[in-house]
Amino acid sequence: MRRQIPFALVFIFGFFMIFQFFVPHETSEFFYEFLLDWIIVIGIFALALGIWSLFKVSVEKIKLGKEGAQYSYVTLVGLFLMMAFGFTQKTGEGWGLYFLWIVLCGACIVALMRLRASASAGSKRMWGMMALGLLIGAVLVAIFDDAWAFYFYTQEGLSNSMFRDFFDYIMMPILATMFALLAFYIASAAYRAFRARNLLASLLLLAALLVMSRFNPFLPGAEYVAKASNWLMNVPNMAAQRAIVIGIGLGIVGTALKVILGIERGYMGKG
Amino acid sequence: MEFTQFLWMTFGVFVTLCIMSFLYKDNPFYKFAEHLVVGVSAGYFVVILWHTGLVPKLFQRLADGDWYYGFLNSSNLEYLIPAILGCLMWTRFSKDYSWLSRWPMALYIGISAGLAVPLEMSNRVNKQLQAMMVKIDWANFFGHDGFDLLDITNGLSQLLILVGALAAIIYFFFSKEHKGAFGHVATLGIWVLMIGFGASFGFTVMARISLFINRLQDTFAWGHQSFDTSNEHYSIFFPIVFWGLVLFVTGYIAYEIVTHLRKKATTS
Repeated sequence: MRRQIPFALVFIFGFFMIFQFFVPHETSEFFYEFLLDWIIVIGIFALALGIWSLFKVSVEKIKLGKEGAQYSYVTLVGLFLMMAFGFTQKTGEGWGLYFLWIVLCGACIVALMRLRASASAGSKRMWGMMALGLLIGAVLVAIFDDAWAFYFYTQEGLSNSMFRDFFDYIMMPILATMFALLAFYIASAAYRAFRARNLLASLLLLAALLVMSRFNPFLPGAEYVAKASNWLMNVPNMAAQRAIVIGIGLGIVGTALKVILGIERGYMGKG
Repeated sequence: MEFTQFLWMTFGVFVTLCIMSFLYKDNPFYKFAEHLVVGVSAGYFVVILWHTGLVPKLFQRLADGDWYYGFLNSSNLEYLIPAILGCLMWTRFSKDYSWLSRWPMALYIGISAGLAVPLEMSNRVNKQLQAMMVKIDWANFFGHDGFDLLDITNGLSQLLILVGALAAIIYFFFSKEHKGAFGHVATLGIWVLMIGFGASFGFTVMARISLFINRLQDTFAWGHQSFDTSNEHYSIFFPIVFWGLVLFVTGYIAYEIVTHLRKKATTS
């Protein structure tokens, strides 16, 4: 029962989704769209699981006083701020007591974390009272301040300037720099790995060098280098990518069929 | 540029430097930026998925009815099923009921797997096979305007793509031992694959380098804004913030050097 029903569900829905592809009828199209919506909704509920895990791990780290526990506050405050900005927007010109509300909520989260981390009853009581006071303050501000409002049902929050600033000046620079940083590590790894030991390694090295010098205008014969690089990308590279894409496609189809037929059961876990 | 925007820009430069500092070693500033981006990214995706997924796909579908003492008078009640299944996902945290989370998981995997079979075949495999089956341009085998081996549309290039792709596919065929003529073709396949991997590597490095250049450009733009007197909102606070960050960074570097030298002196 605990394992048979999920297997049956995988088989029935998997088989149906393959079958509907070959039936160009509006009923089939309707079920296709309908089931797509279903998996999007289920996927979003699964995201809540991930957020809860992040929250739990951060709280546990603070509670146990592990090394770097103070950074968990940064994660939780970042998470809260982004969510708060994404669901709120000003109703008029000014922000009113909005930033006071943000500070009260942030302080309440920190107080709750301290409450979880406290060992003695006195300390627990103190942090508990403080969290309660801050929460009441935040609720009162949210109720009586008309300068801003919550928007759960419409997308006003997405145009909140703070939400956009957090994306433009925090999220994007950090993510872009993290990816940029990999250039240095790749170069260091390449120095060790790309020694022309044999024909195959030399081919790899030459292809990489040619592509990397593609947009370098200072090289002698830059025009020919660019043309050769273009040929390399569009002819031998195209052949290799074509074979790889066909291989990946067939691999995915094979794995999907194994899942639908119940041969591959790893997703089910133990128990 | 207004001062508030300049402050945001300064923070962007600060977090860029925090991440860059990892090139030296793991340090508190890197950890700060790393933890910050985890929280902010998670919050961002919650908001985006709520507004673009949950609201239009679930709440708005159920919104045509009214709540009557516990049951919903909606014409799309079937959309409650994925919501209930989604909630079953949360039983993952319970020891006794975690088996219930397999139902939504099974539905998700079943639909995704079933969807993947025809779509992968039509969009990936068939499309690539179709692209391979082009007629070789024998009339312009060595180029369109005279002899040009680097012309990507000449017959030779078309033939090389066909032969190269077939050879690389043969290399992936492990049901027959790579011996004799089959082995020679497989060897050609691995040459083609190595060129492909080299090109992909070079392309990845170039993508990272352009991101790095972009971060440098942003940093220089920030430096320029700090002293741009033609800015109508310019004030003394712009250079103060600039020098504040510069002093902070140089101060930290000096602190690291002094700590390192002291450590070295103690050990020797």
